[in-house]
Amino acid sequence: MIPAAFEYYRPKDMAAVLSILEEHGDEARVMAGGHSLIPMMKLRMADVQHLIDLQDVDGLSGIEIGADAIRIGAMVTQAAIIDHPDLAQTAPILREAALQIADPQVRYMGTVGGNVANGDPGNDMPGLMQCLDAAFTVVGPDGEREIAARDFYEAAYMTAREDQEVLTAISIPLPKGGYAYEKQKRKIGDYATAAAAVQIVKDGAACASASIAMTNLSDTPVYCEAAGAALAGTSVDNAALSAAVAAMLDDIDPTEDNRGPVAFKKHVAGVILRRAITRAWSRA
Amino acid sequence: MKDEVASRKERAENLKGMGCSRKRVEDARFTQGKGNYVDDLKLDGMLFGDFVRSPYAHARITRIDTAAALEVPGVLAVLTAKDLEPLGLHWMPTLAGDKQMVLADGKVLFQGQEVAFVVAEDRYAAADGIEAVEVEYEELPVLVDPFEALTSDVVLREDTVDANGNPVDGAHGPRKHHNHIFTWEAGDKDPTAEVLANAEVVAEETMYYHRTHPCPLETCGCVASMDKVNGKLTLWGTFQAPHAIRTVVSLISGIEEHNIRVISPDIGGGFGNKVGAYPGYVCSVVASIVTGKPVKWIEDRMDNLMTTAFARDYWMKGRISATKDGKITGLHCHVTADHGGFDACADPTKFPAGFMNICTGSYDIPTAYLQVDGAYTNKAPGGVSYRCSFRVTEAVYFIERMIEVLAIELNMDAAELRRINFIKKEQFPYQAALGWEYDSGDYHTAWEKALKAVDYDGLRAEQAQRVEDFKAGKTRKLMGVGLSFFTEIVGAGPVKNCDILGLGMFDSCEIRIHPTGSAIARLGTISQGQGHATTFAQILASEIGLPADSITIEEGDTDTAPYGLGTYGSRSTPVAGAATAMAGRKIRAKAQMIAAYLMEVHDDDVEFDVDRFVVKGAPEKFKTMKEIAFAAYNQAIPGIEPGLEAVSYYDPPNMTYPFGAYVCVMDIDVDTGVTDIRRFYALDDCGTRINPMIIEGQVHGGLTEALAVALGQEIAYDDMGNVKTGTLMDFFLPTAWEVPNYETDYTVTPSPHHPIGAKGVGESPHVGGVPCFSNAVHDAFRAFGLRHTNMPHDHWRIWKTANELGLHG
Repeated sequence: MIPAAFEYYRPKDMAAVLSILEEHGDEARVMAGGHSLIPMMKLRMADVQHLIDLQDVDGLSGIEIGADAIRIGAMVTQAAIIDHPDLAQTAPILREAALQIADPQVRYMGTVGGNVANGDPGNDMPGLMQCLDAAFTVVGPDGEREIAARDFYEAAYMTAREDQEVLTAISIPLPKGGYAYEKQKRKIGDYATAAAAVQIVKDGAACASASIAMTNLSDTPVYCEAAGAALAGTSVDNAALSAAVAAMLDDIDPTEDNRGPVAFKKHVAGVILRRAITRAWSRA
Repeated sequence: MKDEVASRKERAENLKGMGCSRKRVEDARFTQGKGNYVDDLKLDGMLFGDFVRSPYAHARITRIDTAAALEVPGVLAVLTAKDLEPLGLHWMPTLAGDKQMVLADGKVLFQGQEVAFVVAEDRYAAADGIEAVEVEYEELPVLVDPFEALTSDVVLREDTVDANGNPVDGAHGPRKHHNHIFTWEAGDKDPTAEVLANAEVVAEETMYYHRTHPCPLETCGCVASMDKVNGKLTLWGTFQAPHAIRTVVSLISGIEEHNIRVISPDIGGGFGNKVGAYPGYVCSVVASIVTGKPVKWIEDRMDNLMTTAFARDYWMKGRISATKDGKITGLHCHVTADHGGFDACADPTKFPAGFMNICTGSYDIPTAYLQVDGAYTNKAPGGVSYRCSFRVTEAVYFIERMIEVLAIELNMDAAELRRINFIKKEQFPYQAALGWEYDSGDYHTAWEKALKAVDYDGLRAEQAQRVEDFKAGKTRKLMGVGLSFFTEIVGAGPVKNCDILGLGMFDSCEIRIHPTGSAIARLGTISQGQGHATTFAQILASEIGLPADSITIEEGDTDTAPYGLGTYGSRSTPVAGAATAMAGRKIRAKAQMIAAYLMEVHDDDVEFDVDRFVVKGAPEKFKTMKEIAFAAYNQAIPGIEPGLEAVSYYDPPNMTYPFGAYVCVMDIDVDTGVTDIRRFYALDDCGTRINPMIIEGQVHGGLTEALAVALGQEIAYDDMGNVKTGTLMDFFLPTAWEVPNYETDYTVTPSPHHPIGAKGVGESPHVGGVPCFSNAVHDAFRAFGLRHTNMPHDHWRIWKTANELGLHG
């Protein structure tokens, strides 16, 4: 598990990052926490000849809670999400999800930006960000642009970010209503067998709106618009839950792996979503 | 008198001898990150070697081109089988009497097999060199299923057939087929068949004990250093049996044994994985001889999981018969053992299936028969004892599952069925139908204590209610009560029937008492975390009356330690522990003569009293062991040599038979397959208890590895022989998160033949734990008709069981 030789860069600002990217094209990669990229390099499955470490780049580690939105710098760690008291108040689902990622040691290094940018369908934050309708800020040679999380993921490890762009921040509209992040995994540190992110807004006794996204059940995170719609206007009774689950099952496309065969994953996805909705509804 | 008694107790406490929960002396360095493992070793000019490994499970090698690799900066040499062949080192003997390729000799038999050894200035250059070696493979049909292998026309090993393609004899007798390794039998075939044919009740079950891996935290590795000036080879490494390694190295290299020094430094867990010899050792030695420089080889995690010795992989078919009221009358067991490409078990030579013939368990079964057939497949070699004595985990799993299946057949409570059939206390020493003589046991007492501790009847009542609630739709969780009662067979073993490569499985201890009353003792064993430096000092403290804190225990250096067969199979306490006590007694015998001389009385007029010899009937007249030690070095005592030293080589008269009673209470979510262990109670009887704290730690560790194996840990292959579980992402290694609270308990039934009555404990919890966790899963579904389902009981397999039983509506 020894990577091939590579050049290591540790620039201080984004301009320097972009110029290295421009110079070396797809032979260069940026690294945030390194918990996905470094193992891939050690397995020699990722050939990165120029590795750009972002940890000294200014302005990527802030958490700002505004009137309408939360802005999280790409280099904010999962541990920082968990430990941020105001964030736990305004967007508690972030903390609930972050606590289910990997283990404490990894969470001190692993970043939110790396988690969403890598395009690994096993990562938890992409589905969560789709549920929250977050947008990712990327900066490249042509300047800055925003890409909706729901439009970002194209296939496993393939995203709407161009090779010469860097994901710098995530903005999340202030979440409303009840929430739940429900995840089944085989053990600590594992990717989800199935995971569901749910935000649900209650109006009187009825569900006003619901947002649902699933993790590790397809080659991308799966935003399940129809599942959310199936809950809207209902009292989130058993029929509504079944309708939401059925809609979700239409959207996912799991594959068999060591966690189990497709039938099992679909069954668990249904159970997990049902539990997530029930818990979110109880908090709405 | 009162004062004197108090003072005797105080003196005994000061010794920190047997029975004391003395803190581990090793932990000062381990908890500070100051252990000295083989990879910490740095020598001047040291090179690094690593392997080109086969991506295929079965292929012919048509070409190896090393030219580009030799161009890589820092790469000094690339060894292939062709380079080793002139030295006769391209194959090496395995501990199981088979032979194994060191580097691929024309073909590969499993994914990850060693093809070439790249030697470089550092491990980075070695890794680049590996990438640059060009190997051309021609793929061959892959056999991953032993039953298929035993009928297939595909010949895996050309050395198994003669010129006409007929199978030739193997190390353990005739082959039934070219991919067949051995047949091994125990017990009485015909009488067993007769008992089963005429029985009132017969239960039958086939179970697969899946392939898994010991996965020590520290992987395997070594540093070989050939000093060309004095002709001496020093080999540091992760060896569970350093002396045996020295002998093997000498036999295969031709270097005289006195010119080989093997050193096992601190070892980060072994669990059987570090008993055998690996190609890395041989290649490092050769590379050091070729280059004249020290060469280090250290596995990475994937190397370790994919290629070094696996455990289990036993297909076990059982039939058990009983009377209608539950008295067992007979047992038949057939095993198909998958050994992979080479039989690299680490069993005593005469036992190619280890001590699988302990599979009558803790029960008085009058008639039994066992047959084991070994098979070659395209998987990694091994078949080692992962935290158990040789194949005992398989044996105990087999019988403890058969008991549960029989209980179902009889519609009887499984605890009661065990109670009816336990060997009774008065039957010991007990001659078992498959050949062993159990030394001592009191199973009924242990069983009643365990059932009472967990309120067994209360658990069954709660479970019955849960089944009702489930059927009524009030809950989706089932409750399982897992039971197991195990008897281990450890402490291999008597030289008359236990040897490895002809080396008798005795062990040894050598003690030197220093003039000021402290001591060093050296043993033929080697700790891999067991705490020998702590516990062996405690045995000696009690035997020779010097404080444990004043006794250094040293192991693992073949130049200084007496010859022994190493540490595995829970043999250290039963064998080396006995040697330690016996050597201590020799010290004490000489000390008695010195004391008598000093006090001017006859030898028979003094007696040992904790830390001194006293004149019988006059306790105020005494000489402490410390005083005696000094006298041994400064007095000219007529008829007695100066000094105070002893050595003992102990050949145990029998194995020891630790036992225990475990109960696991588990809740199972039938919709997700998720298990939650609510309670785990473990009663162990390991005979005399040397250090209760270390015993408890061993029980915790063994149970955790049992949980791993039962609930998810496996080495899985696809049909092409690709390893599907080659990293810790997929290979389940439990952390604190997955581990429940364990309740430990004990009874004490000393071994009658062991000098201090100790039996060994390190592996018991693994042996007893696996069936306990597994039985809990089975028990949860018993009310719904489950008889048996194979481990590991991970989420999806449990879900599948629930699904097949119709529990998902």
